[in-house]
Amino acid sequence: MNTHADTMNDGGGHVMHKDPEGAKTGMWLFLFTEILLFGGLFIIYAIYRGMYTEGFHHAAGELNILLGVTNTVVLLTSSLTMVLGVSALQRRKRGLAQLYLAATLLLAGTFLLIKFFEWGAKRSHGIFPGMEHLHDLPPGEGVFFNLYFMMTGLHGIHVIIGMIVMTVVYNRIQSGSITHENQGILEYSGLYWHLVDLIWIFLLPLFYLTA
Amino acid sequence: MTESPAGSWGRTGSYLDGPSSRTGLMGWLTTTDHKRIALMYLAAMGVFFLVGMTIGLLIRLELMQPGEQFYGAKTYNTFFTLHGVIMIFLFIVPGIPAVFGNFILPLQLGAEDVAFPKLNLLSWYVYMAGAAIALTSLYAGDSPPDTGWTFYAPYSINSGGSVSWAVLGAFVLGFSSILTGMNFIVTIHRLRAKGMGFFRMPLFCWGLYATSWIQVIATPVVGITLVLVVMERLLGIGLFDPSLGGDPILYQHLFWIYSHPVVYVMILPAMGVISDILPPFCGRTIFGYRAIAISSMAIAVVGYGVWGHHMFTVGMSDTARWVFSLLTFLVAIPTGVKIFNWTATLYRASIELRVPLLYALGFIFLFSIGGLTGLVNGALSTDIHVHDTAFIVGHFHYTMFGGAGIGLFAALHFWFPKMFGRMYNEKIATWAWGLIMVGFNTLYFPMLVLGIMGMPRRYHDYLPQFQVPHFISTVGSWILATGIILMIVNLIRSARKGRKAPNNPWGATTLEWTTTSPPPLLNFATLPEVKTGPYDFSGRKPGQSHEEGAS
Repeated sequence: MNTHADTMNDGGGHVMHKDPEGAKTGMWLFLFTEILLFGGLFIIYAIYRGMYTEGFHHAAGELNILLGVTNTVVLLTSSLTMVLGVSALQRRKRGLAQLYLAATLLLAGTFLLIKFFEWGAKRSHGIFPGMEHLHDLPPGEGVFFNLYFMMTGLHGIHVIIGMIVMTVVYNRIQSGSITHENQGILEYSGLYWHLVDLIWIFLLPLFYLTA
Repeated sequence: MTESPAGSWGRTGSYLDGPSSRTGLMGWLTTTDHKRIALMYLAAMGVFFLVGMTIGLLIRLELMQPGEQFYGAKTYNTFFTLHGVIMIFLFIVPGIPAVFGNFILPLQLGAEDVAFPKLNLLSWYVYMAGAAIALTSLYAGDSPPDTGWTFYAPYSINSGGSVSWAVLGAFVLGFSSILTGMNFIVTIHRLRAKGMGFFRMPLFCWGLYATSWIQVIATPVVGITLVLVVMERLLGIGLFDPSLGGDPILYQHLFWIYSHPVVYVMILPAMGVISDILPPFCGRTIFGYRAIAISSMAIAVVGYGVWGHHMFTVGMSDTARWVFSLLTFLVAIPTGVKIFNWTATLYRASIELRVPLLYALGFIFLFSIGGLTGLVNGALSTDIHVHDTAFIVGHFHYTMFGGAGIGLFAALHFWFPKMFGRMYNEKIATWAWGLIMVGFNTLYFPMLVLGIMGMPRRYHDYLPQFQVPHFISTVGSWILATGIILMIVNLIRSARKGRKAPNNPWGATTLEWTTTSPPPLLNFATLPEVKTGPYDFSGRKPGQSHEEGAS
């Protein structure tokens, strides 16, 4: 420890550090804050589930388990293709890495598409934030559905951000600014993607499997 | 170490000027130099502070006499909300870390910059974006927000004011705070000078280290809570809406889980500043270095378990109340450790009473009052009496302004020569300090009295029996504002016309004083190596003038 990172000055007054260890620490800290962001919602879930055990039980029965499980398989597979992409680049197989990244992107898109139809079906039944129907439901069911939309919605936003990052990474592998020697950004987007996956793994039982 | 194309300039000249690519406005707006970013924060924060102060003066003006003087209750509600939002989210929370953390931390560690310079610049832009969003609430919608800075549900959900903008602004500002915290943690872990173990870091770095962890751990929780308020207003996700089965008290819990630890984000860096100022003006090392360092971390840890003391009267189980009360008393212990160590450092030292030390002593005095009045709120029985009264307003102004605010002024007067390479007029600075101290106590002490008499907070009007303390308090606000303006004018004039500062005007021992004033772009001619603790005065002879050694 206590070693100085190599420092370069590009003449324009910008100091650039090359310190992969430090960058990785920063990335883990960022992921930590993401867990805490969702953590707030998990706390809210725990408290309301304690208050409205029955309402949560009935409302969860309304969700489509088949679609939920399918999406879990899709997302887990996308994590696998992501890992394969990282390891492909480490073995200097640039084309293969890009192929795996494209597959990850495709799976992420599939996930969102399924989610879109799921949300649409609920909406056609009058179950959507702000709709009057939620006021008529038995106690706790409205809270359950609002939490469901909030948490899967926030998760969905993270999926979209992940897709944008992956597109950028794909292009930067193409242009040669991410290589096997300088693959930090690919690795960190991988870490981020696994976190998105991990959060879904908790969302599935909490919403779909509690009925 | 790679020799830079900029040649020796990056290691000798001043960061304030440089080659043509660094001059002009763009040279500032695109810089990744931690010192320039610090000054950009200072400029922005100075403006916001003056706006917040003006609103504060208007609030006191209306409260000078009972009845309606200048404006009505609705305007009053928006004024105390804006005063709180601006002062808390735009000034005190980023405050010392963003300005002095950015400027001084890499210098004190013997590093060339923070760990992520580009991220650092991004933090500033995110901060400015958050500020712009928060200030949009002034013009958007029917009226500015009127909920108070705490945005309590369910009123924040139903209010006709443009609460969404203010809340969204606070969320974005939190993001900037997280990025700065992450940056500092990695900087402290990775970029300490050769030979500088954790227990050889200056105490300001320790304060920032504890602060950064709180920023990273606590801010996301309030982030999601504020997002929920916005979602509730925009989409009707009624998680705090009782008509849908939501619980408004849950909002208060989630809000204070962040917002109590965040008062330590405000105060811990200030405590670090004080610990750094005392040694040079006492001519000796700090008393109990390790105890002060560890107490910073202890405050950060215990500070997490005390949020419930904001809610003793809203409905909690008896068990929850005594546990929160006990933990609140416990957090006073590490704070007491610091105060006693500072006093012990001063005891029989050869004290040189100059402006930074005056501010440090002011901090200790005001913060002690703030801390002790805090125990009145932390005790269950007395809290019932003073809850939601002017006593609370007095208490948190003593801690936040008397603590964090005066700590920031102290830092400004201590590091000013290093930042701008010039000395300020110490005579005027002393006068300003005197006015600030007199005005401060005249302004806020009557609030403590008013609260015990029963004056509620956030009331536009009051009964005639409260008039005398209110009148004194308003006069105090004028004295305080005069002092602050005198201080600012003095510093701005000195930054341009003051006499050149030596490298080490105070005879201090930490690394930032070993480089030139102002420092070069890359901070040091050669990167320093550390062989002793941070406050080693063994080389200094008694009675030696510091400025002789500087050239």
